[in-house]
Formats: sequence, structure tokens, C-alpha cells
Amino acid sequence: MSPMLAVRVSDGPIIPDFDEPDCRANERFCWGWVVDNWPDLQARLVEHVYITAIAVSIGLVIAVSAALLAYRYNRFETPFVTVSTVLYTIPVLAFLLVMVQITGIGLLTVEIALTGYTLLLLFRNTLTGLRSVPPEVHAAAAGMGMTSRQILFRINIPLALPALMAGIRVASVTIISLATLAAFVSPLGLGRPILFAIGTQFVTGLITAGALAIVLALVADGLLVLATRAVTPWARAGQGGIR
Amino acid sequence: MNIVIDAYDFVRSNPDQVLGDIWGHVVLSAAAVAVAIAIAVPVGAAVGHLHRWSFLAISGANVLRALPTLAVISIGITVWGLGFVNIMVALVILALPLILTNTYVGVAEVDPGTVEAARGMGMTGWQILRRVELPNAIFLIMAGVRTATVFVIATAYLAGFAAYPDTLGAVITNPTLPLSQLFAYTVIAVALAFLADGVFAIVQRLVTPRGLRLTHTLAAA
Amino acid sequence: MDFLKEAPRPDGGHRDVAEPQAKRAALEIEFDGVTKRYQGQDAPAIDNLSLRIPAGETCCLVGPSGGGKTTAMKLVNRLIELSGGDIRIGGRSVKSLDVTTLRRDIGYVIQQVGLFPHMTIAANLAVVPKLLGWSRDRIDRRVGELLDLVRLDRSYLKRYPAQLSGGQQQRIGLARALAADPPVMLMDEPFGALDPITRAEIQDEFLRLEGEIRKTVIFVTHDIDEAIKMGDRIAVLRQGGTLAQYGTADELLSLPVDAFVADFVGADRGLKRLSLRTVRELVDHDPNQQIPPGAPTVSARTTLRTGLSVLLAAGADVLVVIDEQGERLGTVTLDRLREAAGARPTEETR
Repeated sequence: MSPMLAVRVSDGPIIPDFDEPDCRANERFCWGWVVDNWPDLQARLVEHVYITAIAVSIGLVIAVSAALLAYRYNRFETPFVTVSTVLYTIPVLAFLLVMVQITGIGLLTVEIALTGYTLLLLFRNTLTGLRSVPPEVHAAAAGMGMTSRQILFRINIPLALPALMAGIRVASVTIISLATLAAFVSPLGLGRPILFAIGTQFVTGLITAGALAIVLALVADGLLVLATRAVTPWARAGQGGIR
Repeated sequence: MNIVIDAYDFVRSNPDQVLGDIWGHVVLSAAAVAVAIAIAVPVGAAVGHLHRWSFLAISGANVLRALPTLAVISIGITVWGLGFVNIMVALVILALPLILTNTYVGVAEVDPGTVEAARGMGMTGWQILRRVELPNAIFLIMAGVRTATVFVIATAYLAGFAAYPDTLGAVITNPTLPLSQLFAYTVIAVALAFLADGVFAIVQRLVTPRGLRLTHTLAAA
Repeated sequence: MDFLKEAPRPDGGHRDVAEPQAKRAALEIEFDGVTKRYQGQDAPAIDNLSLRIPAGETCCLVGPSGGGKTTAMKLVNRLIELSGGDIRIGGRSVKSLDVTTLRRDIGYVIQQVGLFPHMTIAANLAVVPKLLGWSRDRIDRRVGELLDLVRLDRSYLKRYPAQLSGGQQQRIGLARALAADPPVMLMDEPFGALDPITRAEIQDEFLRLEGEIRKTVIFVTHDIDEAIKMGDRIAVLRQGGTLAQYGTADELLSLPVDAFVADFVGADRGLKRLSLRTVRELVDHDPNQQIPPGAPTVSARTTLRTGLSVLLAAGADVLVVIDEQGERLGTVTLDRLREAAGARPTEETR
């Protein structure tokens, strides 16, 4: 039994016939195709943005809750890390194709799979951030009469923000990259024109769709750097190593 | 329905194909990580040692990290066509930023007192890098290599889109094959990633000087 | 003069056995019109600094932060390069020497110690000898000697820096700087990070060591009491890197040249001066003198400062001094102590 596919590499329209002879011969980049297909490309771009935003947002809710739990009760850390590491190492495409069998073609399948890939990054960064508060800061806060709840919300969470933001940044660019494969199971996102162009070896499509995905990733990365600076004025955007 | 049994039967009855694809996957991943190390470690070490151009190097690494792999393959087709070079470039771009960032951080953040003592006792810049900074940074460098290897193994199946044959991608990117085969290859891919992670965890421990392992454990205590 | 000559390379190993183990002689350090100017800063960090440190003496550089004391020290081993003037070690300009060769011949001790965490204590001690190409045998022998020198057990050789206390680490730092028997040592607030008790211990240890090995030492500290204790001479630098006064502790305490130095050495400089000398020096040996009842007794090794304290506590004005055998040497009166503490007349303008 083979999975049902929204896009087959053999499907799709033939390369449109343009006046420019080189373009018809698929020898070079032609702006005409880009201009003619812009409404379609723009729709795919918008889809790509919301696919990513939904996955990262859901991942954030799950990972931050889990991190808060693991911060309070250490024994939750290992199981959560193990599960999210397994999810993280499954090839996305395989994950998507397997999920199709259960949840069918559509946005739900895509979001379930992509959310799975955000968990490890977001969880680890949040937990590291929560734990990065120096003991003397805790002692000072407790000494001033803050309750443990107040310490969590006024000390730990704000001080965890740089690490959390760094996690959101990495998770976002990762999901933008992985979401290009969502087109395999649902006709959404920039993966659709990319996979179509790869299937047909259509030069203009390869460049245009690929470039759109790259620009989207870089713009998202840049915006998140600015957002990090805005919410953590006391620290420069975190730039640490992975241990 | 019984996909697990079907998957097992497939592997049993096609050992040559399966082992060949695993081997190809490992070779491609190893080559990509090796090239990434060859570029990232010297650059990261130089920038960390000199404490200069770090903004440029780290920003560059961040840009590379943001590039969607499939988009790199896609544009790569128009630049170097299909095949080995295409998938290789895409995987090196994936691995390089992690190793570069960790090498830079590891070398740049060696205790300044230690480096000043080395300079004060007459070590040349090269000797300081070779005998003091790199041994102190090796734990972080290996952590970067380890994570990068897991990334690469989990992504190298995209070789199927670059028409590079004989990797796990031969099955994973071919939607016309039965689901049981996809399942078998997925399990193999995850197992390979965990195996690589385990091997590198051991290597990381072995190459970290004992005095530094003590520092880590004493600091944790 | 063998300063900065290439050390013998290991060429067979036998040569080492015959090699004389003689200590290398300390060398004089001379600052001659030294100036350091950083790019983009109008005021120089060090301005026309001239001073001569005789071979085998310890010179403490003191002054407020911004006085350039660390800068002045780092100009010697060229961790910072001179902008003007010259520094000569044993008559040779530091500018004329290869920078790594120069540094390998100068012991360097810093506050952060900077032991290499990935090397054992033995490997840490062996770094400079290895850079100089000594033979295995000679290095092993030297490493053992060094541990003896700083009075640490040889079982420490196989340990790592992380396993040592702060005081032990600084002893190893000191031993490492002495490894190649350098004629000159530079020490940058070396004991500044230690707790007061460990600090006093290691200060005493270094004084004993310096008595044995006689290096020419430049010792940077911000603590005037440490400078008085450690230094044969003290150079007080003021803001802007100019020399305010250079002399022995006694000269600084008794005759500060101006208000800045007087203020820096402290309003209690009379008391500090008393702690430089022992009562033995002031004893009146006249055997016929009258000992008033209730006069306290102290040992001849007591400092004048402690002697004064004993007198004040007893409410007496004559101190009886005895020697190590308990024999009475004579007396010291309160008037003589007052005289010893008294600053010679200066135009103090506070």
C-alpha cells in the first residue's frame, strides 16, 4: 500500500510556454514566469509562515510547560528529553508519511509532525534558562521575602528569556526548513513549488521557490534577533555553545 | 496491516540493498561532517584565538544555519546539477555552523588568566592555541561535532531529491514504495542517529583531558 | 652574563649530567624614561618613568588604580610594548631581544594563577623547561626540586589544578614561574585573591624563598601594607603613570615627599614605621638604670609597634627587653618609641 500523495513529482502543469525562447528551453531564469505566478507563490509563502507559526506556538506551550515541570521535579527531565530526542532524529519526510496513515492528508498531520521537532530545542533552552539563575540571586530574592511563586515569575522566567528566545529562533528556522517537506502530504507551503521544480528540473522554479524559502528563513531569523533584544534589554542576544 | 512484520521481512529478504543503502548513508554523512570540521574548526579556532572578526564569523554561521536544506538543494541543482556535490554542499551547510560556533566559543572562552600565563611564560601564539586553548576547548568542539553528526544523519536522506543514489533516501523519498519499507528505513535512520550520538559521546569523553573532566565534575558538585 | 642565551637543546642527553646546576645570578632592572601611550588616548598611561631596581631586590609597585602599575610591569616582558624610553635587564634592552625568548627567561605570576587545567601539576611545572628544550631527566629533577622549594608534597605531581586549594594553586603558580630559574620575576597582585590567613602564610613563604633564591622581583600590589612587608623598595605611582616617590619603606613612611604619598601610605604611617623595626635596635644597655615597678617584659624580636601596644596596655613608660635565652638586655622607653615613630619634618600640606 502506498501513501496517497498531494503532489507527485510527475504531476502538475507542463512548463508554461513563454515568448522568451531560452525560457521555453528551460535554459535560464525568466522573470516572466515569476511575475505570472506571483499570486500563487505569495499564497504558498503565506501558508509557509502560518504552518511554521502554528507549529512553534504549540511547541512553545508544550515545551515551556514541560520545562517548568522538570524545573520543579527533576525526574521529568530525562523522559521528556528522551521522547523529544527520538522525535527529533526521525527523518521528517518519514514522519509525515507515517502520520498520513493516521490523521490523513491535511494541516493537522503537518502540524503534529512539525511540532514534534520543536520540542527538544525549546525544552532544553527553557530548562537551561530557568536553571541559569545564580544561587545568590535566589538567596537574595528569598531573603527579601519573595514567595517561591514570586521568585519563579519575577526572577527565573525573566532571566530565562534570553535562552528561551534563542531556542525560539533556532526552532523557527528549523521548522521553516522542515516545512518545505510538508507539501508531500498536503498542498501547503513553499515545498509545493520546490518539489514541483525538483521533479521537473524547471530552472526558474528551482531558483524562485528556493530563494523564497531562504529569504523567509533569513527574515524570520533577523526579526527574532530584534525581538530578543526588545524583550531582554539587559542581555545581548544569547550566543552560546551547545553542550 | 502488520507493518512491523512486513518491514522485518523486507530487510531479511533484501540484505544487500539495505546494507548498501546504510553504508552509502554513513559514507555520505561522514564525508559531509569531515568537510564541515575541516572548514569550521580552523576558522572557529582562528577567530576565537584572535578575538577578532567574531561578529562576522558568528553572523555568517547563523545565516548558514537558517538556510532550508531543501531550498539549498533546489537552487544547487541550477548551480552544480544533481548528484554528490549538490547533497554534499547542502549537508556541509547544515553541519558547519554548529561546529564553527562551538569551536569559537570553546577557544574564545578559555580562562583569560590561563592564556595570559601562557603568553607571559613565552609561548608563541601557535603554541598557546595548540597546547592550551584547543585542549581546553575540545569538549565543546566535540559537542558541536556530535550534534552536527546527528543532524546530518537525520537529513542525509534528502540525497534522494538530489538524485544521489544508495542512501536511506532511496526508499524514504520514494513515495511509490510500500509503507513497510519506509518504516524499516525510518527505524534504521533513527538507530543510526542514536548510534552516532553514543559513539561521539564516548569519543568526546576520551579526548577531553582528565584535568578538565575533574573541573566539570567538581564544578557540578 | 648568561641572561637570555639559548638554553642547550637536548642533543643526546649526556650533556645534561655534566651541566652545572649553579643558580643564575639575579640581574638589575632599569626603567629609563619609560612612556606608554595608547592610541586614541591623550594622556599617557605611563609618563617618563625612570627607576633602577638593584639585582636581587624586590621592588613593589603601588598606587591607586589608574596609576599604571600593572602596565609598567607588563612593559618588562613586553606583554605591552613600549611607546618611548627603554627598559634594560642586566644592561640589555628588552627591545633588542626576541619576545618569546625574553618571556621564557622571566618568571611571571598573576592573581588568577592561570594554571593549565588540562595538565597535571608536574606538566604545569614542566611547561617552560619544555619550551626551552630541556631533557626529560633534567625536567623531572627540576620539577621535584620546585615542589620542595614551595614545600608541597611530591604526591601532588600527579594531581590536577582543580584538586588543589587556592593557596596551593598559587604556590604551584610561583613554582612554575621559577621553573627555569629566571633571573627576574614579575608578580601582578599574586596573592590578591587569597583569604587573609592563607595570604599571610604565602607572603611569609615567599619572603623565605626570596631570601634563598635572590631574584630581582617586580611586585605589583594596591595594598601598601603588603608592599611594606614584601618590598626592599617601594615605587609609588600616581594617576597618569608618573613616579611619585621611590625608596625604602622606612623612607616612604618617615619622609613622604608630598601629600599624595603621605595620604597613600596612610595617616598611621608612624605606627607602620614602628612595625619595620624590632625593640632590639632601640635597647638602652645601661645596666645601672632603674626599672620602675610594673614595667612589662618583651622579647628582643618584638616589633616596635607591638612594644608600644604592650606599653600602652600596661600603662607603663619603660619596656624591659629580654633575649631568646631569657637574659635581660636592657630597656626601651616610651620617649624613644615616640622618637622612632616620629616623622622627620616635612612640608605636609593637607
